[in-house]
Amino acid sequence: MESVKEFAMSCPIPIDQYPTVLLAHGGGGRLMHQLIESMFVPVFSNPLLDVRHDGAVFQLNGTKLAFTTDSYVVRPLFFPGGDIGTLAINGTVNDLAMCGARPLYLSAGFILEEGLPMETLWRVVQSMKQAAEVAGVQLVTGDTKVVDKGKGDLVFINTAGVGLIEHDLTIAPTSVEPGDLVLLNGDIGRHGIAIMAVREGLEFESAIESDCAPLSDLVMKLIDAGIRIKCMRDLTRGGLASALVEIAETANVHIGIDESAIPVREDVQGACEILGFDPLYLANEGRFVMFVAASEAERALAVMGACAPDSCACVVGRVTEDPPGMVTLKSRIGATRIVDMFSGEQLPRIC
Amino acid sequence: MKFIDEYRDGKAAARYARLIARATTKPWTIMEVCGGQTHAIVKFGIDELLPKDVELVHGPGCPVCVTPLELIDKAIEIASRPNVIFCSFGDMLRVPGSSKDLLVVKASGGDVRIVYSPLDAVKIAEANPAKEVVFFAVGFETTAPANAMAVFQAHQKGIGNFSILVSHVLVPPAMEAILSSPINRVQGFLAAGHVCTIMGYTEYEPIAQKYNIPIVVTGFEPLDILQGVYMCVKQLEEGRADVENQYARSVRKEGNLPAQKLISEVFCVVSRKWRGVGEIPQSGLGLRDEYREFDAELRFGVASYTAEESSECISGLILQGVKKPHECTAFGTRCTPERPLGATMVSSEGACAAYYRYRRVSVAS
Repeated sequence: MESVKEFAMSCPIPIDQYPTVLLAHGGGGRLMHQLIESMFVPVFSNPLLDVRHDGAVFQLNGTKLAFTTDSYVVRPLFFPGGDIGTLAINGTVNDLAMCGARPLYLSAGFILEEGLPMETLWRVVQSMKQAAEVAGVQLVTGDTKVVDKGKGDLVFINTAGVGLIEHDLTIAPTSVEPGDLVLLNGDIGRHGIAIMAVREGLEFESAIESDCAPLSDLVMKLIDAGIRIKCMRDLTRGGLASALVEIAETANVHIGIDESAIPVREDVQGACEILGFDPLYLANEGRFVMFVAASEAERALAVMGACAPDSCACVVGRVTEDPPGMVTLKSRIGATRIVDMFSGEQLPRIC
Repeated sequence: MKFIDEYRDGKAAARYARLIARATTKPWTIMEVCGGQTHAIVKFGIDELLPKDVELVHGPGCPVCVTPLELIDKAIEIASRPNVIFCSFGDMLRVPGSSKDLLVVKASGGDVRIVYSPLDAVKIAEANPAKEVVFFAVGFETTAPANAMAVFQAHQKGIGNFSILVSHVLVPPAMEAILSSPINRVQGFLAAGHVCTIMGYTEYEPIAQKYNIPIVVTGFEPLDILQGVYMCVKQLEEGRADVENQYARSVRKEGNLPAQKLISEVFCVVSRKWRGVGEIPQSGLGLRDEYREFDAELRFGVASYTAEESSECISGLILQGVKKPHECTAFGTRCTPERPLGATMVSSEGACAAYYRYRRVSVAS
C-alpha cells in the first residue's frame, strides 16, 4: 500500500491547476504533450517507448516489427470523405507506415453505446472492411463491449496493429540532422475543416472532403526506391505545426519552414479565414512529413508524385542547427516567426 | 486565394516598407487598435519590415482581453448552475476567472457550448424549452449587431428561456481614455476596420481634432496594415491630423446603418469596466429597459459580483500601449498560455499570447 500512496502523492500534473482532465488534454497540443511527457512516459519508461515515435519498433527472433495502437472517438461518425471506420483502419495503418513498416494485422475493440442503431454499426463495419482491403491489412482479433446509454458517444473504436520492417533504416526523430529537407505529401487542413463543417453545421459552397487515406503503399514505394528516410510523422491532431515542434524538440534541431511553400486548398484557406483558424494546426488523416537528406529530396518527390499525381507533394522546410528545439516559419511577406504548439485545440475566435 | 493572396504579396509588402522608410524622418509611435491587427502584425512579422523609427504599440481592441474578471466569474457561476446551457464564442472558454475557467466548468459537468453565432444560441433555447440558455455577449461594435439581433428575435418569438450576459465595449471612448492618460505615448492610430464597417468613422473626427492625432481606418491583411502605417506616417510627417480610410473596400463613412439601428434598438450606451484599465465612462453597451428581461445578470442574481485582478499582471499597461509583453517580468515564466495570469495571454488576439506564440525568443533570421 505504501508504494501506492507514494505514487499518488507525487502526481506529476499540477493538481491545483488541473484537478480534472480537460478536453484540451486530448487536443494534440501542449497540454496533451505535457500529460504524456510528465505522466505516461516517466511511469512506463523503457527504451522502446522513450523513442517517442508513432509506434514501437523492435526485433523478435531476428524479425523487425512495428507495433502501435490508436483510439477513435470522432463525432460525427460519418463525414465527407470518410467515417469512423475508415479512420480506425487508416489511422493505425498510417502509424505503422510512419515507422517504415508494412502493415499486416490489426485488432479492433468496439465500445458501443446502448441504443446505437444496428444499421449505423453495419455501415461502420463495412467501411472498415473496405479500408482494410485497400490498405492490404487483415483484422485478426477483436473485442466488443456495450456501455449504458449516455455513457458513450455511439461508437468508440480502438485498433492496434503489427507491421513488418524489411529494411535497415532507423526512422525516428533522432535520425534527423541539420541539412535535411522536410517533405510534405500534399495539401493540409482538409480533414479538420470537413469534421468541423459537419459538426457545427457550417455550410460552404461545396463540401470539403477529408483527406483520409492509407499511406502505407506510398511509404513502401519510397523505401523500395531506396530513399533513405530519416523520419516520418503523420499530421493528425495538432497538424503540421505540432508534428514539427515535437520532432524539433526530440531531435534538438531547428526546423525552418516556408509559409508560401505549404499547400492549402483555397476552400480550406477560406474556411480558416472565416473561423480564425491556422491551417498549420488543423488535423489531417492522409498527410505526413518526411525528413530526408537534401540529395534525396528530388527522387523522393518523384516517387510521391508518381504515386499520387495530383497531391502537390513538395519541400516545405529545412533542418538547421540553431536555435535547437525550435520551429520557425518564414511568412509570406518574408518575416520570420516562431511556430509553437497550441495548448489544446484551436478555438474559433470572436470576430 | 482570391482577395487574400493579393494582400499578402511579399514584393508589394517590401515596396510599402520602402515607401514608409522613405517617408519617415523622425521617431513615431503608432497604435493599432484592434487585436486582429496585432495578431496579423506579429503572425506575419509586419513590424520587422518597418524602419526603426516607426514603433507599433498594441491597443485595447481584443474583446477577450478587456472583458473584466468579475464578468468571467459571473459567467462561470451561471454556467455551473444545473439546468443552464451556457453558450459562448470559443476563445472566451479559456479566459481565467478568479479561480477557474469555463473549460473547467465544462469538465466538471457544466453544459458549456461553443457557438459561432448568437443566433445559434437562440435556436438552442427554442429546442430546449425546459433549460435556461445564456449567451456570453462580449465584443466591440463588431459583434453588437448579431447580439442585438439574437435578443430582438428572442423578444419577437417570445423565447423566455434565453438571456445574454452582456459585456459590450466601444472603441472611441477607449481611444480617448488612452489619449487623455498622462503616460500616453501614442501619436497616431490605426483604427479597427471591422468596427468601422459597422459604425462608420464620423465619430473619430472629433477625436482627431481634439487630440490633434491622425486616425487611419485600417484593414487586417499585411498590405492593409502597411498601407495604414504609411498613411499615418505621412500625416504625422506633414503635421496633419485627419481621419482617413485605408479599408475603403469594406468601410463606408456612415457605416452599416441597418446594423446601427438594430444596436440602438436593443442596447444603450453605459459605463463599463475594462479589464486592467478600470471603468471608462460611457464606454460600453447594456440592454435597454425594454429588453431587461433578457439580462442574464438580473435573471441569475449575479449583478453585484466583484473580483480583484492579479496585481502581477500588467495587461492594463499593455492594452494602453505603455508596455510591451516581453517587458513584463512574468512573461513566459509565471504567465504562459497554459497558465495565464491575465487575458492578454489567453486570446489569440491578445498581445501577450501573440508575442509568446510567435516570438518568445529572438530568432536568428
